[in-house]
Amino acid sequence: MIGEHVNGKNVGKVVLYALSTCGWCEKTKQLLRTTGIAFDFIYVDLLEGVEQDDAMDIVERWNPHGSFPTLVINDRKSIVGFREKEIREAIGL
Amino acid sequence: MIFEGLMETDVENLYQTLNREAEAGGYHLNPDIEFTKNLVRGLMKNERRYGYRSCPCRLASGKRAEDLDIICPCDYRDPDIAEYGACYCSLYVNNLIRAGEHLLFPVPERRPPRSQRSLKTVMATPGPILPFPVWRCKVCGYLCARDQPPDVCPICKATKDRFERFM
Repeated sequence: MIGEHVNGKNVGKVVLYALSTCGWCEKTKQLLRTTGIAFDFIYVDLLEGVEQDDAMDIVERWNPHGSFPTLVINDRKSIVGFREKEIREAIGL
Repeated sequence: MIFEGLMETDVENLYQTLNREAEAGGYHLNPDIEFTKNLVRGLMKNERRYGYRSCPCRLASGKRAEDLDIICPCDYRDPDIAEYGACYCSLYVNNLIRAGEHLLFPVPERRPPRSQRSLKTVMATPGPILPFPVWRCKVCGYLCARDQPPDVCPICKATKDRFERFM
């Protein structure tokens, strides 16, 4: 399971770039789950070769440090790290 | 998180070892035991897939030479604990966070981004002529004057390849 679409209320395109070993990524994913919104998550460490490079290019476009978790909302805004208040505000919940 | 094939007894053993070594060196593990054990699982998963315990919260390249700075304890742990009270993944925290007197907030990434990383090590500027070179542990700052760095840092247990020539 490299990634998954989580069903829920549609608030636009919400994509979480995460690592399968990272505790803060997990907290962010659980927060998104409790809000009941629809979102996608991708475990970048489980991608290989070109696929991983492409994912990193996207992450770095939003977050030049290329760190995790990086949450991209509607291709417009990104939030880096488990910042609960910012995340709730950004998705309007 | 995805952890397959890890034995719970191995997780517990590594947790206990890291906790003992941390306390012996004046460091503290995060008191949130469930969170911390997940980080330990991350270290074990990384050791299995990469061959070394790289930071569970950073993307490793799989090439040891490129990832030396993020092998746990990473080169950034001590400055992050000093500035934020915790290391980047929050495996290690300071006394106040351990005691519950300070809250833990996300620690910003101190490691340079991919495009700015360099394998070159900065050699010390020429100094006095010494009977022995001085080696510095990049993890904890331990210094020793001898022909070669030790195989394992006596303070923080970092391996020989984490040392740099200091003088």
